[in-house]
Amino acid sequence: MFGISKINDIMLLVAFAAIILAGPIILEPIGASYPDLLQKFAIFGIFAIGFNILFGLTGYLSFGHAAFLGVGSYAAVWSFKLLSMNAIPAIAIAVVLSGLFALAIGYVSLRRAGIYFSILTLAFAQMSYNLAYSVLTPITNGETGLRVLRTDPRYLDVMFGADVGAAQPTTNFFGIEMTGWPGFYFCGIVLIAAFAFSIVIFRSPFGMTLRAIKSNQNRMGYTGFNSRPYLMSAFIISGMYAGLAGSLLAVTDPLAGAERMQWTASGEVVLMTILGGAGTLLGPVLGAGIIKYFENIFSAFNESVLNSLFEFMPEDVRHVVVEVAGLFVGDGWHLTLGVLFMIVVIFLPGGLMEGAMRVLRIKHSPKVTNIGKSPQRDIVGEGAIEENLDDRVRTAPARSKPTG
Amino acid sequence: MDAILLQILNGLDKGGAYALIALGLTLVFGTLGVVNFAHGAIFMLGAFCAVSINALLKLEQVVLDPTQTTAWGTPLEIRTPYIESWLGEWGTLLIQYSVPISILFAIPVMLLIGLVMERGLIQFFYKRPHADQILVTFGLAIILQEIIKEIFGANPIPQSAPPLVAGSVSITETIVYPYWRIVYLFFSLTLISGVFAFLRFTTFGMVVRAGMQDRETVGLLGINIERRFTIVFGVATVVAGLAGVMYTPILPPDYHMGMDFLVLSFVVVVVGGMGSLGGAVSAGFLLGILQSFASMNEVNSILPGIDQIIIYLVAVVILLVRPRGLMGRKGVMED
Amino acid sequence: MNNAVLSIHDVHKSFAGLHALSNINLDIRESESHAIIGPNGAGKSTLLNVCVGRLAPTRGTVLFDGTELTGKHPFEINQLGVARVFQTPEIFEDLTVIENVMIPMFSRRDRSFGLNIHSRFDEQTEIQSESVQVLADLGLGDHLAHLTNSLSRGDKRRLELAMCLVQHPKLLLLDEPTAGMARADTNATIELLKRIKATGITIVIIEHDMHVVFSLADRITVLAGGTIIAQGTPDEIKGNPKVVEAYLGEETV
Repeated sequence: MFGISKINDIMLLVAFAAIILAGPIILEPIGASYPDLLQKFAIFGIFAIGFNILFGLTGYLSFGHAAFLGVGSYAAVWSFKLLSMNAIPAIAIAVVLSGLFALAIGYVSLRRAGIYFSILTLAFAQMSYNLAYSVLTPITNGETGLRVLRTDPRYLDVMFGADVGAAQPTTNFFGIEMTGWPGFYFCGIVLIAAFAFSIVIFRSPFGMTLRAIKSNQNRMGYTGFNSRPYLMSAFIISGMYAGLAGSLLAVTDPLAGAERMQWTASGEVVLMTILGGAGTLLGPVLGAGIIKYFENIFSAFNESVLNSLFEFMPEDVRHVVVEVAGLFVGDGWHLTLGVLFMIVVIFLPGGLMEGAMRVLRIKHSPKVTNIGKSPQRDIVGEGAIEENLDDRVRTAPARSKPTG
Repeated sequence: MDAILLQILNGLDKGGAYALIALGLTLVFGTLGVVNFAHGAIFMLGAFCAVSINALLKLEQVVLDPTQTTAWGTPLEIRTPYIESWLGEWGTLLIQYSVPISILFAIPVMLLIGLVMERGLIQFFYKRPHADQILVTFGLAIILQEIIKEIFGANPIPQSAPPLVAGSVSITETIVYPYWRIVYLFFSLTLISGVFAFLRFTTFGMVVRAGMQDRETVGLLGINIERRFTIVFGVATVVAGLAGVMYTPILPPDYHMGMDFLVLSFVVVVVGGMGSLGGAVSAGFLLGILQSFASMNEVNSILPGIDQIIIYLVAVVILLVRPRGLMGRKGVMED
Repeated sequence: MNNAVLSIHDVHKSFAGLHALSNINLDIRESESHAIIGPNGAGKSTLLNVCVGRLAPTRGTVLFDGTELTGKHPFEINQLGVARVFQTPEIFEDLTVIENVMIPMFSRRDRSFGLNIHSRFDEQTEIQSESVQVLADLGLGDHLAHLTNSLSRGDKRRLELAMCLVQHPKLLLLDEPTAGMARADTNATIELLKRIKATGITIVIIEHDMHVVFSLADRITVLAGGTIIAQGTPDEIKGNPKVVEAYLGEETV
């Protein structure tokens, strides 16, 4: 009786897993099939999924999520330095630490809602960034960034009799080196697990409670809910996702720098989420993939590439076109990011998922007019709820089926 | 004692900048109900107005002087700014006074930018939720700063104060204080008083203040409040822009100065009380001075790094103890 | 007086020197329907806001079932068994109708804040079947899976009422539940409220429509200018010259 929606979710998860694991083959045609980039897809996918649990479900717009990413990275590198080059302790420590960090920041920020919350999270992230650059240099190694050295103690590795200090150490997962394809598959499997957990949250009473908070926090009070513990949990879970992503960045490339905590990085994850569709399950992963893919392509472009790209144009026109396009590529990637940001907010507030749903006309999906009113459900999810209800209300007389 | 006085003085100019930016932020929020994350970028644009004017005035012509040769035996290139060759000493003077001159140039430019921004973008976001306003202005801030980075590069571009006020004044034996900072302080005070007088003593200002209290009622009186709010947005833009122009001799402008100041100004607004103009100004100066105290060696040796986080700490304490801010109206933004 | 569910004692509320409420003493008896009437600006909604914890009284106490309500958060007061319907429906606009009703039930089962991440709403048969039942009762059975922003205004009001009813409150506060309704709708609402009343729920209703007041109320309190000017059974109120002057008179003029 209740099986249908669960089966749908499992199908969604299986399809997701299949696509991720087959990623190297699927993305071959668009030239994205190399491990470094795919690792980024997976890692930022996790980051965006986590951000979406906060923003998509509760509507609380955090502008400081990069701080948790940075904390995760630093924690992971320290774990490599002090404990072991194995990825597991690094990830565990990073997730716990970023969770604690989120607890502290959330305790203050969640006292306020709306713009205040955004401002506070932004301020805390900037503060963390400043500290990482200045006073905390002993921990963060300031501008140079934190990296693993041959001379690091690595007590756990020593305890298990590894030959520490012999060669430049590399991260591993019980002996499997975490670079290249193994690195991607490691991140990919973590991404699938992260996605599965987000499905569980979305479908749980907890998830529905969060959506209700987003919809009408006032009513929540008069309904007997104290919103803050729920928001706090969402914030911490979301911070832990970010910490997880940060630690994976360190696992695939064991160094951490303060620039990872900058406000542009926080803005990037916001963009990924809204581009894909805030409040949808798949949207954030899609958004992360698109952003990272184009970042990769655009950053690699330079004038000569552009010139050959626009070769078909007459000389003078080409010159102008190359000049203009040149603003957006290479170092100008951030400009593209900003433009994309505005385009999405102005023209596509529901993100790509909502756009796709409207194009496909899968279910009645009212046009989304602002980011706060995202479609909330994935194609699979909404159908599930309705079908499930059909079973339960078959006795109710004269029930007209919802238009679909 | 001297040290304390010096720190107060040091904090005043930074406080002035915070106050001017925060004033615009809270004015725009109070009237238009829009949170403008691009307000810092406007401050930065103002600073680059000064940079452009300076660069324009310094455009040089190259003359080869055959009478002199360089070490390589080629004729010596003599570079003189066009303006000097045209106007002689006056030209030199113009270059030296490029920062104050930029103000004349920046007023119309910033006003134009403000009006274009409001009519072209912000007005479509009045009815959308704050999250959308934040996101769209955030995107705009990125675009503005990246454009500036494309044009002027990533490095700070130092600007000099006019020679008349370039030096320092010895207030007491141990206190040496640059003239320009005093100029900046008076400039910001003048600008602040100007805005306050404008809001208090003109009918326009009266309507705007009434609109800040209760927008709907004013609308019902048949007053086109939106057009006035557009002008308010322009005023806020000009104020932030001028703050940026005048700040250039104190801090060499670079493309990301906008976001740095924006975040701090937001904190100022929060501390002062959202929607309270007086709160924004006093909190601006207060936090500027506080920050300058925190950066004293004596303080830093006890609490390292306190100068980096003092403002945020104050904000946290205020939020926990007095959520509506120092001078915020009761009931406004208290939830 | 022992059977008072809600007793408001010596409540004052002033906004910046303006006395919105002064010297309010009111006992709501168990299982009664109590109407609060009065001209606009009399302080009716303010009184309701004080009761649910939206506003703190400047002075005085509000006791519910012997528990002091002043200083409590709205959610705590709701958990004690006070539910409220607003003048403009406060519902979850982005959720489906059935979700709107499941949330309040969930709050009753999850008092001690369990994250409940492991379970799913659609597995909670009990919650779901009761929600369906209540919604069908109120004539919203056709809309279960619709988003609430597609509902008509009257349906939204009924939905908000359903959200309160599934919580099985001891006390139900209604703020003009029939405002802006057509006569037929109003009559339907009266019938509905009568049914609710028959289940033993204590009802406090603010209402302008005297037809509704006199068909429902066991007792009536008349507010004017922030004070109680009369109290009694409908018949007593009808004959009270002060009331006629302050309120009813205004309507007939």
